Amino acid sequence: MHELRTGLAFFLLLNILAGMVRVIRGPTVTDRFIVAQLFGTTGVGVLILLAADAGRDALRDVALVFALLAPVTVVAFVRFAVGSDAAPGSDKEPRP
Amino acid sequence: MDVLLDGVLALCLPLLAWLVLRTESLSQAVVLFVAFGLLSALGWARLEAPDIALVESAVGTGLTGALLMHTLSWTEETPPDIRARGRRRPWALLAVAASTLMLGWAVLALPADSPGLGPLVEARREESGVKHPVTAVLLNFRGYDTLLEIAVLLVAALGARAVNPRSERPTPDAGDDPLTGELFRMMMPALLLVAGYLVWVGDHGPGGAFQAGAILAGGGVVALLTMRMGPPRLSSWQVRWALLTGPMLFIGVAVAPLFTGRRLLELPRPYAGTLIFVVELALTVTIAMVLLMFFPGTRPPRAGAEGEP
Amino acid sequence: MSPLDFLSAAFLFGGGAFCLAGTVGVLRFPDVYCRLHALTKVDNLGLGLVVVGLALQSGSWATALKLLLVWFFVLISSAFTCQLIARAALRGRGAAPWGGRREP
Repeated sequence: MHELRTGLAFFLLLNILAGMVRVIRGPTVTDRFIVAQLFGTTGVGVLILLAADAGRDALRDVALVFALLAPVTVVAFVRFAVGSDAAPGSDKEPRP
Repeated sequence: MDVLLDGVLALCLPLLAWLVLRTESLSQAVVLFVAFGLLSALGWARLEAPDIALVESAVGTGLTGALLMHTLSWTEETPPDIRARGRRRPWALLAVAASTLMLGWAVLALPADSPGLGPLVEARREESGVKHPVTAVLLNFRGYDTLLEIAVLLVAALGARAVNPRSERPTPDAGDDPLTGELFRMMMPALLLVAGYLVWVGDHGPGGAFQAGAILAGGGVVALLTMRMGPPRLSSWQVRWALLTGPMLFIGVAVAPLFTGRRLLELPRPYAGTLIFVVELALTVTIAMVLLMFFPGTRPPRAGAEGEP
Repeated sequence: MSPLDFLSAAFLFGGGAFCLAGTVGVLRFPDVYCRLHALTKVDNLGLGLVVVGLALQSGSWATALKLLLVWFFVLISSAFTCQLIARAALRGRGAAPWGGRREP
């Protein structure tokens, strides 16, 4: 069972690595923020998988804190994305 | 399997750090920084440091991410010549390379199999009143460190209040927005529950006042950003009490042993656990208020601004 | 392996599959709104299956309940995340939703 859980955690981390492509390509800051949220959900998955091993119960609390504080960042991001009067094109970055 | 897991983490973290540094726009950098924080918490979890992972997730990523994002809404356009300026400073690269080498050397110079202070803490843990060694060190063995840290936090809160700009007043109709209103109503009980849990769990596992304070402050930040509440003002007595309960109680607990012929901060053994719990509870309130003081209110709309909700 | 272990492994595999689907969606979908859909729905189902799989093998009610609580928080959080971000994207920057054409 340990192997299966660690394997799944590894697989979820590969998902995070794949999500990095969207981080690099963007194109808008909202896209990148969505990927940050994806990392959050996947990270919670990895944490609870790792927490199932003996003696690592505290990682479940870390997952709990992640899940709870995610909306705070979202509200801050939304405040910035809606409230800022930056020119509409300014969140686009030239592709590397 | 474990090696593969660590390998992917070791690949992702520097990649994200590089992306944070490379990007030209501040908003991109902040978003990437939040993603970086999430992954670094996973890294701490893999390094068998759940205490640090917990703080990283609560303070490092949750609140700092929100603070940076909120600061963005107060900033002007990104200066476009960041990269050009960077190119003109080769000495910066030299300095970074030199400090990296020094850090690496310092790590390599550490004795490989030194147990550190772990066995010493383990041997005296019975006397501390709590079961978790980290809490024992922070609140009992080296309590003066924590006490001074709280003093530093208070000064930091005052400094933040001094530089925070004048913000918009809270609007009475902020509660009309069904989305943020409902979010706030659903979040608050969960935040209180988990904050209390984290203080309680600090006795025998990773947890404690800092994490719990960050969780509580998260609720305040949501209230602040959805304009249900103005930024905390020092003129209000509630804010003053929240800022002072933790330090005053801690100082009281620290000084009280002097009257019974003991030394400063020498907690009497039968009550040590209870005292630590009460002090942590009070510190939670103070830390939440200090963290909340860092957040300026929402920015007043400027002339010609569009898209205000 | 007991039947419970088999069931738990099946849930874990299902969770992994849905997480993969969510990531593919975030990578391949044409605009912010579609990607939000992949992130806040498919991924949560994946996480839910992982939670159920782990709760089955946790062996204690307290742990299982805490796992379900984590999932519950994530569900609530992403329900609001989806609406808030989509609204901000639509109002703030005025990013027009994808109309069915291919991206250039």
